[in-house]
Amino acid sequence: MRTSDLPASISLWRKIVNKLMTILVIVAVILAVIPLLLILGDVVIRGAPALSLGFLIHSLPTSTKGLSGGIGPAIVGSFTMVGIAALISVPIGVGAGIFFSEWASSRLSTISGFMNDVLTGFPSIVIGLFVFVIIVLPTKQSSAFAGGVALSFVMLPIIARTTGESLKLVPMTLREASMALGIPRWKTVIRIVISTGKRGLLTGILLAVARATGETAPILLTASTSIYFAKSIFQPTASLTVFIYNYGTSGSASWQTEAWGAALVLILIMLGLNLLVKLTIGRNPIGARMEL
Amino acid sequence: MQFRLLRGDTILIIILAAAALFIIGLVIALAVELYSGSVASIFQFGPGFLIGSQWEPGKNVFGALPFVYGTLVTSAIAIVIGFPISLGVAIFISEKLKSHLTFGYLLGTVVDLLAAVPSVIYGLWGVFILIPLLRDYVEKPLHSSLGFIPLFSGHPFGYDFFTAGVILAIMIIPTISAVSRDVLSEVPNSQREAMFSLGATDWEVTQKAVLPYARSGIFGAFILGLGRAFGETMAVTMVIGNIPSISSSFFSPGATLSSIIANQFGESSGIFQSSIIELGLILFFVALLINVLARLLLWRMTRGTRVKV
Repeated sequence: MRTSDLPASISLWRKIVNKLMTILVIVAVILAVIPLLLILGDVVIRGAPALSLGFLIHSLPTSTKGLSGGIGPAIVGSFTMVGIAALISVPIGVGAGIFFSEWASSRLSTISGFMNDVLTGFPSIVIGLFVFVIIVLPTKQSSAFAGGVALSFVMLPIIARTTGESLKLVPMTLREASMALGIPRWKTVIRIVISTGKRGLLTGILLAVARATGETAPILLTASTSIYFAKSIFQPTASLTVFIYNYGTSGSASWQTEAWGAALVLILIMLGLNLLVKLTIGRNPIGARMEL
Repeated sequence: MQFRLLRGDTILIIILAAAALFIIGLVIALAVELYSGSVASIFQFGPGFLIGSQWEPGKNVFGALPFVYGTLVTSAIAIVIGFPISLGVAIFISEKLKSHLTFGYLLGTVVDLLAAVPSVIYGLWGVFILIPLLRDYVEKPLHSSLGFIPLFSGHPFGYDFFTAGVILAIMIIPTISAVSRDVLSEVPNSQREAMFSLGATDWEVTQKAVLPYARSGIFGAFILGLGRAFGETMAVTMVIGNIPSISSSFFSPGATLSSIIANQFGESSGIFQSSIIELGLILFFVALLINVLARLLLWRMTRGTRVKV
């Protein structure tokens, strides 16, 4: 129903208020979209000058004069830490997610699911402090391993929830049909439920990977940084996000340009992961949102 | 045969339940370990830590009040700016675009993308673009015309509560608008139809039939947005100036609980480090409280089906 279809008896005042609110709502949409366009535009414009093959593979810049060095160790470090995080969080997260969906009515499922939701909203810096206390303090060493563990706790609740939500969408009739054939429950879960819901599973993992790749605070406290390629996962390790923070807030103009370059690389990785998510889930997003 | 099948099920349920238990254990471990990391500070300063307004690492005097204050002020600015915009977006997509699902989906995706931008990139953008913009076109005019009001006094420098609040407002928009969108879509159509049949305008339907019905869910979205603003770290750290001061002016530098952790943790040790971890413990309990409250509200609204945040 449109305003113009309304009977003439509606007072002018109500029509004005109606129009005004429509305009306000549209203004809100414009205000929400503008920052995104500005940020993406600025990252491309300011980051492009720094990009080159050498920038992607060399060790971190040490000279503040002119563009020098690259973000090789930061890229490798970010992928290493996200890899470690995925190794830890995927099995636990998927396991918990299956439990949430297949034993949804159990008390453990309710409590753990609730805790999981709460954990999703937790500030990631708190998780960074936690991992600092349990790993960095005892070993007296910042490392990619500690960073990976911190990121795994960021990823875990995301994977658990998306897994749970997407497996709940698998029709109950499939489970019943399988059980009716005398197939045991564990086999039903693995062969029927998981294989039907694997797209949702993959979506959750990709979302979690994207979120972890963009995290700064937990890594800053646990992995520190390094200008060289790390030789083992038990050494301080550079990452794209910490690089952007350190070099972006430095006083050197060339370092700042390099931070923008790294920001462009990071945004491209994030957009790539997002595109992958969209391709996996198609037009029907199942609990798959970037905001988490 | 029967026995073997049973065992398969038992093994599976044990493995899965262990994973579910791990999550509960993680939340408990977070509290325990943060407490153990801050125990030195807790014993030395006691509850006075919460209301101490001095933060001077040089003198080993630590109080959390400036950061609690900074967190509250920046989050308040963020909510005042961000909440109406988010609600507007949610209303536009769920009420105005009801018959244009494709466009609504696309717009929703675009707004969701705001959440995909890493915090540190918001910070970088804040430092180089937002700070000069706000300083020259918002803060200086406000200061010169309304400078007699304490809120707008001080020296507009750009690195301050106001800029941090604006960045946070942008960052909480996707959270609040996505949850509100889900909540508004839960409002039954009969609710709208009944109002329309009484001759109401579009806005009157939204205002009197849709929003009141979705009230508790929208409040949940509001709280979740507040939670995100409370915990947001990197972007705020980069634009707030990180000075532990309590100032009545929006245009003066300050610090939040999370920003001071990110900013000073690297160079801390001993009681200084312990105090910073205690700030983390405070943040933990605030986040716990906010999230539990928000989830309960959202659960009530959607009657058990969980809103996907």
